[in-house]
Amino acid sequence: MAANGGSNSGAVNVREMIAEKKKKKNLSNFTEKIIPPILFLIASISLLTTVGIILTLITEAIEFFKRVPFWEFYTGTVLKPMSQNPEFGVLPLLNGTLISTAIAMLVAGPVGIMSAIYLSEYASDRARRVLKPMLEILAGIPTIVYGFFAFTFVTPIIRYFFPEVEATNILSPGIVMGVMIIPMIASLSEDAMSAVPNSMREGALALGATKLETTFKVVIPAALSGIVSSFVLGISRAIGETMIVTIASGSSKNFTFDITQSMQTMTAYIVEVAGGEAPAGSTIYYSLYAVALTLFVFTLLMNILARYVSRKFREEY
Amino acid sequence: MKHIDESVVQRRMKSRIRNNMILKQVFFVATLFGLFFLAVLLIRVFSQGISWINWDFITGRLSTDPDRAGIMGAILGTSWLMLVVIPVTFIVGVGTAIYLELYAKQGKFHNFIATNISNLAGVPSIVYGLLGLTLFVRTMKFGNVVLAGGLTLSLLVLPIVIVAAQEAIRAVPQHLSEASYGMGATKWQTVKKIILPAALPGILTGAILALSRAIGETAPLTVLGIPALLIPFPGSLFDTFTALPMQIYYWTLDSSLVAEYAYLAAATIIVLLVLLFLLNSIAIFIRNRFQQRY
Repeated sequence: MAANGGSNSGAVNVREMIAEKKKKKNLSNFTEKIIPPILFLIASISLLTTVGIILTLITEAIEFFKRVPFWEFYTGTVLKPMSQNPEFGVLPLLNGTLISTAIAMLVAGPVGIMSAIYLSEYASDRARRVLKPMLEILAGIPTIVYGFFAFTFVTPIIRYFFPEVEATNILSPGIVMGVMIIPMIASLSEDAMSAVPNSMREGALALGATKLETTFKVVIPAALSGIVSSFVLGISRAIGETMIVTIASGSSKNFTFDITQSMQTMTAYIVEVAGGEAPAGSTIYYSLYAVALTLFVFTLLMNILARYVSRKFREEY
Repeated sequence: MKHIDESVVQRRMKSRIRNNMILKQVFFVATLFGLFFLAVLLIRVFSQGISWINWDFITGRLSTDPDRAGIMGAILGTSWLMLVVIPVTFIVGVGTAIYLELYAKQGKFHNFIATNISNLAGVPSIVYGLLGLTLFVRTMKFGNVVLAGGLTLSLLVLPIVIVAAQEAIRAVPQHLSEASYGMGATKWQTVKKIILPAALPGILTGAILALSRAIGETAPLTVLGIPALLIPFPGSLFDTFTALPMQIYYWTLDSSLVAEYAYLAAATIIVLLVLLFLLNSIAIFIRNRFQQRY
């Protein structure tokens, strides 16, 4: 245009450009106005998810509690959902959940904290850079793989040494679940311990303390809030863990404390009933939601507790 | 020196130093315990499954006969799930992060949403399964199809993507966006052309890690009632499907009936782990290659 056109057509061009610019400006004004509400709608999806979870759990659980009294559910030690005269007591499930969690924490707690101490206080930079990511691979392995491993490897080994242990038992998934949680506790505790300023360590060392004494009398007390909250998060993770216990602990609903036996956790019950085509509208179908609500409240309380501990009792340096 | 008995100090010193040395070794062994377990797990799975992996196993259809069983259906099902999870989590995750970091007023509402997201991250995956069952399968009447499974998994991993995207956006230095405003750019132009490109490597890394979490998730799918029967390969979002973890689940359960199923499960685990390994390698590659330091 500019090559063969005169000054006249050039002027037209400029006007066109201005008009075009204005149009663009209007368009971009429009975009500026429309974008924030769209983003707000998108952001509210996470809020709606929470509302959705709470609403579904509560409305369906209320339906359940109309049929089975609240206190009967929470104090009942017999769970026979499939029988002719069904009984719905949640205590066998709670018991299974708590026992598997306790076993897991007996493994993950000591090993996790000792790993954290080693990584934070003793390991050289190079060793830490190699060990920590390798440990975190454990956390990235799908839980179904742990379930397979517990069922086809750990249980047979336990049964080799203790033949009285059943083919499905709570011990083996508990141990494997503990191993799965090790990296979580190790990593979070290590973060908390690394955040303790070096000047405090140096102070203790200068007074003649050994590294061990420094760790136990200075670093751990200073990092305690982070360590405790990592434990609480580990417990919450163990309570909500599903596939390992579903596969390796079977579906016996006995109310027992014998860890060589099969026990069912809350999560495993949900898998069994939901996968077993419970007809919608039946009491057993609604019992899913009552159990899930209990599970949800448990883990939510644990998560809130973890956050509270790490905020409230944090030592600031 | 009357008050300090040098011999006592010397004697105690020895045991204190010895304790330190012993416990150092104990801590080291504890650290190795997890790695040892990982090694045993991997060796066991690979030794059981690797000889079962061949072209027919990868591309074959499911069969009750262990020698003829293949996992193409599960591979296709997992791929279809990814086709739902990737766009949904990316758009919603990044959108939420942009809103929270760049548009929302800092204050009570912002904190409320942030707390909500961290609570969502702690909800057991099986509860998401029940949400999906109630909302997508029954209320919206999708049935146990790809779309229902994909949306359920998307909700599950959304907090991971949101938090990763928030951190990536926060890491973009202020002076870049200020320069953009100084050139006359509007807010959205700045977000689209300056902030998002700078934050993209971090966002992608988080999104891939979330995806690998979604691929391995089994519990929500069991609640949705995903079958592992002889069903046709999924061809659209509204077809029933099976997925790799579900295949592993059913074969593991049935391994007490047919011993070979344990080997099939192990072989499927290898395929799943290789897939996860590839995804994580891509994430690490993106982080190392494209992450800008300002």
